[in-house]
Amino acid sequence: MTKIMPKLSHWLLAGALALGTTLAHAADTIKVGVLHSLSGTMAISETTLKDTVLMLIDEQNKKGGLLGKKLEAVVVDPASNWPLFAEKARELLQKDKVAVVFGCWTSVSRKSVLPVFEELNGILFYPVQYEGEESSRNVFYTGAAPNQQAIPAVDYLMKDLGVERWVLAGTDYVYPRTTNKILEAYLKSKGVKEEDIMINYTPFGHSDWQSIVADIKKFGTAGKKTAVVSTINGDANVPFYKELGNQGISATDIPVVAFSVGEEELSGIDTKPLVGHLAAWNYFMSIKDKANDAFIKQWHTFIKDKKRVTNDPMEATYIGFNMWVKAVEKAKSTDPNKVIDTMVGIEYPNLTGGMAKMLPNHHLTKPVFIGEIQADGQFDVVWKTKGLVPGDAWSDYLPGSKDITADWADPKIKCGNYNTVTKKCSGQNYQ
Amino acid sequence: MVSRTSFRAGLTGLALLLLTLFAASSVRAADDDALRTLLMQLREADFTEKATLIETLVNMDHPRIAAILGALPESRLYYQEEGDRMVIALGDDAEIAIEDAITGQPLGQVIKRDLDRVRVNNHLRSLIEDRLASLGLSSADPGKRRAAVDAFLRNPKPEGAARLKARLEVESDKKIQELLTAALALVDLASPDPAVRVQAAKALGGWTQPEIRGPLLRVAAEDSDATVREAAKAALAKTEFRLQMLGWAETLFFGLSLGSVLILAAIGLAVTFGVMGVINMAHGELMMLGAYTTWLTQQYLPVNWSLPVAVPLAFLVAALVGIAIERSVIRFLYGRPLETLLATFGISLILQQLVRSIFSPLNRSVATPDWMSGTILLGPLEVTLNRLVIIGFCIAVFALLWLALQRTRLGLEVRAVAQNRAMAKAMGVRSARVDALTFGLGSGIAGVAGVALSQLTNVGPNLGQNYIVDSFMVVVFGGVGNLWGTMVAGLSLGVANKLLEPWSGAVLAKILVLVFLILFIQKRPRGLFPQRGRAAEV
Repeated sequence: MTKIMPKLSHWLLAGALALGTTLAHAADTIKVGVLHSLSGTMAISETTLKDTVLMLIDEQNKKGGLLGKKLEAVVVDPASNWPLFAEKARELLQKDKVAVVFGCWTSVSRKSVLPVFEELNGILFYPVQYEGEESSRNVFYTGAAPNQQAIPAVDYLMKDLGVERWVLAGTDYVYPRTTNKILEAYLKSKGVKEEDIMINYTPFGHSDWQSIVADIKKFGTAGKKTAVVSTINGDANVPFYKELGNQGISATDIPVVAFSVGEEELSGIDTKPLVGHLAAWNYFMSIKDKANDAFIKQWHTFIKDKKRVTNDPMEATYIGFNMWVKAVEKAKSTDPNKVIDTMVGIEYPNLTGGMAKMLPNHHLTKPVFIGEIQADGQFDVVWKTKGLVPGDAWSDYLPGSKDITADWADPKIKCGNYNTVTKKCSGQNYQ
Repeated sequence: MVSRTSFRAGLTGLALLLLTLFAASSVRAADDDALRTLLMQLREADFTEKATLIETLVNMDHPRIAAILGALPESRLYYQEEGDRMVIALGDDAEIAIEDAITGQPLGQVIKRDLDRVRVNNHLRSLIEDRLASLGLSSADPGKRRAAVDAFLRNPKPEGAARLKARLEVESDKKIQELLTAALALVDLASPDPAVRVQAAKALGGWTQPEIRGPLLRVAAEDSDATVREAAKAALAKTEFRLQMLGWAETLFFGLSLGSVLILAAIGLAVTFGVMGVINMAHGELMMLGAYTTWLTQQYLPVNWSLPVAVPLAFLVAALVGIAIERSVIRFLYGRPLETLLATFGISLILQQLVRSIFSPLNRSVATPDWMSGTILLGPLEVTLNRLVIIGFCIAVFALLWLALQRTRLGLEVRAVAQNRAMAKAMGVRSARVDALTFGLGSGIAGVAGVALSQLTNVGPNLGQNYIVDSFMVVVFGGVGNLWGTMVAGLSLGVANKLLEPWSGAVLAKILVLVFLILFIQKRPRGLFPQRGRAAEV
């Protein structure tokens, strides 16, 4: 009898618990929206981030959820279609009533959902490095601003490698165009002459790089050390690097530093001819740190594939998610207004050491690393910034945005586009 | 008695042997220790210190030096904490076999993340490569000798000139002789005597390598002596002329190569669209299937052999899928082009998503075989091998298709059905079978094109989308139903695109070609080579 009783009570308890959780599940969950393309051209990059959010939610639920409630993911597929991003965002906020959304990759998709988030007062965490010149009350930018990626990379090339001639090559859309504008202004401010800068744009998915690579080769043989700063996006990178390898341009001749090529992109390329080319990011999978090792292990267990890599936007998603969790716990509510006000000042450790802090302009402090591509598709860090670099929403090198700052904490400003000279807030005009 | 002396002699011999063995091993041990200390220092050092350490390493006399210097630039030299030793990894996977760096003894499999990599950067990598290359100056292999001179050109130091001069006297290879002379002239270019500098500048005219052109440019601009500057400028004019000629030849080659890719992508469509009149929007996805077939064959076969196997396999896979599409969908829609277009577009989306679900949305890495990597000299022009192979491949596919259509029974039936279906049927041609086979043929060729594309671009679910518009462009421009038209159209579009590109940029070049095409179609709706006669009316 005494032997049976504990067993019985055990079962009863388990039953009650199970019932309890299903009830809680039905009535009381916090919904988290995931707005990443699972089909179309951007699926290649964004699917991974969807999986990352699911993993983080899973982990949080194992820890007991948030505010005593379980988190529930609502995944939608905007199919790499920019207007559809806005529709799906509206659906998430109005129909599903999600507390927060993690999503978008390209700048054009972010610009497309921005009015929706501001109108319906939602929260968006945007995890990708971008061109800056924006700060919305409803968006938290957990990727790098240009001063956290592009400028330090150019500094490294100039000071450590002695580069004097520059090729700025990019895909023809807003991120490369703005970044190159900033870089051109920055290089000129450092005394680089007009004729030592070559700017080149190619269409999305450009696959025939023969003549452009030949041009770069010619540009690089003028007797001065030359480097390519690449903002080439997505799929076009593979044929670009293949052509570089084929035409025999090695990293020792003309190094290429890329802002959109990470571990995931390299996993689709045979990297042997690319050894030594560079990338600038705020995270590399190869960096040894306890937190990073644990994250990689968790990712491999979750995705059930030991060969999968981790990358910078995944870390940005990880930081953003955990910051949101912290803010919700601190505000004791998922109410957007309360969470947005609590977010500024929240800190969470980076995967590579140091502390990420949410700044009043809704950007983060980040370490900047320069890595060289290795034969195994990983990067070895060859340079890093001394400390953390605070993200600057409005570039100091563009004439239009020099005097503009963003501050959502100061009650006197509360503006994403504040002109420090005229003391005026230009509202939602981001240009 | 005899046996005893021999026994004693044997004993002394053994002792001697042991002694020498012992002595040798103690010498080796000392060497091993020195190497070990050096490698441990290398692990801790920063990049500037590493450069000095590598210089010492190169001059060290130890049998493992070659292996270590080979592993270092490839980032395969690691420190293993467990066992406190330096190891060399023998692969690139997450789980790798390692061996002891100093003894070469195999140490089994480990997980790479548990090892600590000895980091090198570009500077060190080129340093090691230069040092290794300069050792090859007296090698029997002309390639190695060439590399040695190239290494010298990158870093010309007067100290090395004596060795080059000695080599020049015994060198038999004419090309290397010339290169050696140029290398020596490059040293002379820094001579304090202006007359020597003038001579050197004259000798360097026409060399297009950046290592030679760069210093010449500097001399032409900065030299203190006016005659030297003049000589350098004259030499540079020669170089520039050569560069310009090479530039034109290069553009032409790029155009031909782009053209051959366009033809490969379009030629299957020329069969299905041109001969059968079926607008197949899933054509690009059939190419994608071919590219994925290449990837799959590489999973099971060594890279160098995979492509010849992948070509027939891709043909088969794409042809079977094509026949399945024709039998299940298209045959019900003959004569209704709009519905065919919509249905095949749907099929293309289904195929894309299918690949995404089966293989993941990530791109697959297809390796390039050794015989297709690098460049080759065609006369004075340096062309990339993979492009050259693809041009040849394109010609072969075109020739085979043409033969199939002109010389086989199936080809005859295909042409008969294309010209007059009712008449062909009356003559006993089973038109349904011919339709299926023709569609299979066109699809199979798309699959073969996919094998070629896998060497140039991403192998991913979107591969097909990027080529479908171009393919239709080529077929329409060339004239529907005309293989030669497709060929001429592909080549001329390719060359036109490449001629425009340097002048207008890649984005504008594409637009200009498209605008030209629209205007052209307005003027000649049937393309370059319209079909004449009764067939054109069908």
